[in-house]
Amino acid sequence: MIILRGESMSKQLHEIRAVKGETIQILDPDGNVVSKELEPNLSDDELRELMRRMVFTRVWDQRAISLSRQGRLGFYAPVSGQEASMIGSQFALKKEDFILPSYRDIPQIVWHGLPLYQAFLYSRGHQHGGQIPEDVNVLMPQIIIGAQIIQTAGVALGFKKKGEKRVAVTYIGDGGTSQGDFYEGINFAGAYQVPAVFVVQNNRYAISVPVELQTRAETLAHKAVAAGIPGYQVDGMDVLAVYTVMKEVVERARAGQGPALLECLTYRYGPHTMSGDDPTRYRTNEELSEWEKNDPLIRFRKYLEAKGLWSEEDENKVIEETKEKVNEAIKQADQTEKMTVPQLIDSMFETLPAHLEEQKAEFEKAGE
Amino acid sequence: MQRTLTFSQAINEALCLAMRKDEKVILMGEDVAGGAQVDHLQDEEAWGGVMGVTKGLVQEFGRERVLDTPISEAGFIGAAAAAASTGLRPVAELMFNDFIGSCLDQVMNQAAKLRYMFGGKAKVPLTIRTMFGAGFRAAAQHSQTLYAIFTHMPGIKVVVPSTPADAKGLLLASIADDDPVIFFEDKTLYSKSGEVPEGEYTIPLGKADIKRAGSDLTIVAIGKMVHTALEAADQLAQKGIEAEVVDPRTLSPLDEETILASVAKTNRLIVIDEANPRCSVARDIAAMVADKGFDTLDAPIKTITAPHTPVPFSPALEDLYLPNASRVLEVVSELIGDESLKAIS
Repeated sequence: MIILRGESMSKQLHEIRAVKGETIQILDPDGNVVSKELEPNLSDDELRELMRRMVFTRVWDQRAISLSRQGRLGFYAPVSGQEASMIGSQFALKKEDFILPSYRDIPQIVWHGLPLYQAFLYSRGHQHGGQIPEDVNVLMPQIIIGAQIIQTAGVALGFKKKGEKRVAVTYIGDGGTSQGDFYEGINFAGAYQVPAVFVVQNNRYAISVPVELQTRAETLAHKAVAAGIPGYQVDGMDVLAVYTVMKEVVERARAGQGPALLECLTYRYGPHTMSGDDPTRYRTNEELSEWEKNDPLIRFRKYLEAKGLWSEEDENKVIEETKEKVNEAIKQADQTEKMTVPQLIDSMFETLPAHLEEQKAEFEKAGE
Repeated sequence: MQRTLTFSQAINEALCLAMRKDEKVILMGEDVAGGAQVDHLQDEEAWGGVMGVTKGLVQEFGRERVLDTPISEAGFIGAAAAAASTGLRPVAELMFNDFIGSCLDQVMNQAAKLRYMFGGKAKVPLTIRTMFGAGFRAAAQHSQTLYAIFTHMPGIKVVVPSTPADAKGLLLASIADDDPVIFFEDKTLYSKSGEVPEGEYTIPLGKADIKRAGSDLTIVAIGKMVHTALEAADQLAQKGIEAEVVDPRTLSPLDEETILASVAKTNRLIVIDEANPRCSVARDIAAMVADKGFDTLDAPIKTITAPHTPVPFSPALEDLYLPNASRVLEVVSELIGDESLKAIS
């Protein structure tokens, strides 16, 4: 564990880079502050908001898993265990910053402004789920492993060329760091010194394949070295550590000091997706229990309770609030008008070519 | 002796037989073993791939021959092609054919061209197994039907089985073949059962199969569309119309002779292909018959395909997207001028 000193944190963070491979932690699993110097300057309200979002996300995830089992969601990748990585990193962004998520990163884009009912529509395959409101700076989740890394370099290049003080932020799992697109994207971002931040949520498994079998790299943060950009490894179960380092690298990118890579060490409690993998076939229950002891919510709750900022009553209030909001969102998704084949064809081009007009007419006729 | 296996079991059996026979046959792909390095699961059944098709093979052949790869398609498809050129017979699994974009150069410019560029001296006995097709609620980037792309490439063979027995025989032939083969598995067929002969047998690449004989019209169908064609043929038979259903089984090489002979007998042709229509195999077959069998035709050739759009994720739209038996009956009614067929469609 590395201890960093206050004012010149930026320089020191830069110095530790990936080559030393230390994991940055602020709170230990019992919620004790172990790196006082790094503790972020967040207000009580902001600290409470971080906790509210993590509890909300956990409860929403449980509900989504249950909806998925009932066949009421088309596709869903569970997030429990990864709340600190997801919520802490998004919390460090400004509204104008742009998120390019992977399929597990629905919480970040919802907390960045995507209405919850549209997230559910996305899961169900309704095109309205992908119609992002104008003032929400996110892409829909990337399904093709690694493609978003290159896109992030491109979005950041756009910001730089237009002189906008915005940062492009992307998320990928440990598995995705084996893709060619990953190396090409971080290299491009480094070469052009664009305002991009690459968050690797290392949840230990690429579906069934453990990270030690995916690479011989000592850490995934080391992969930044080849691209010549700083890489940091953070305790991804520690929301304060994720927030602090993320804030640092995002602001550095915004100030024109180039991209960075952040590896968050985390764990997914559930399966890869709800489409059928059984995690007991590739990992042990003991391992899961060990990680559950590191739970991001427990750790942060203890920290807040010690400060007198969180109580059981607060927690229950958020749980109730979440249930209500999720129910409302599901209702709104259910009430959204069903799509038709002609609509699908209409979304192909600005002006439909003749062969699609012809097909559209055929489907309209068949639908009568 | 015959017994019933699912499509998935038939593929698994073919892989198993090929691996027992020849230790140069190895499997590579994402999660093809599964349960890697979890000690207490080493001796149990790992999960065997995202659809369980390779289940059990790691127990028999070990992790030296069943390789869980990192998520890097260009890496393991390219490495498999190069390993094939050294004399191995790798069977690489591209989990979804939609992921070909991540490794297309290794297939199109490398595997498919090595023999030619070495003046016929290099051999690339590579088999790429891949999953394709709509109807699985897997959305636009996991549901495509991309065999036409590879059929267009000169140096690679393209196989699309429609039944468990064909899948086994064609996969054994693909693995034994000394050139690269891409073997397309329709994910909606995995659970479909059929009689499968025991033991080792091969079905020659480039030989079509007449799945149903008939004299009134020819329906050429690919993959699961063979079953759509058979369903339509049964309904047509009730009206006294006998359709002949031809399954090409391999798209490259294509058994033109069987298709042309069938059309010469029936004088009418419908091609059903669930891929997008432009530059599709359906239109390729239609063009081939117009070119070489025009004199035998009594009516225009009809193709039935998906619309020229991505596959919708919405279940209701996805069902409308795929060609089905009623669409076949409508087209037949136009072709034969029998309006009453629409009533049963």
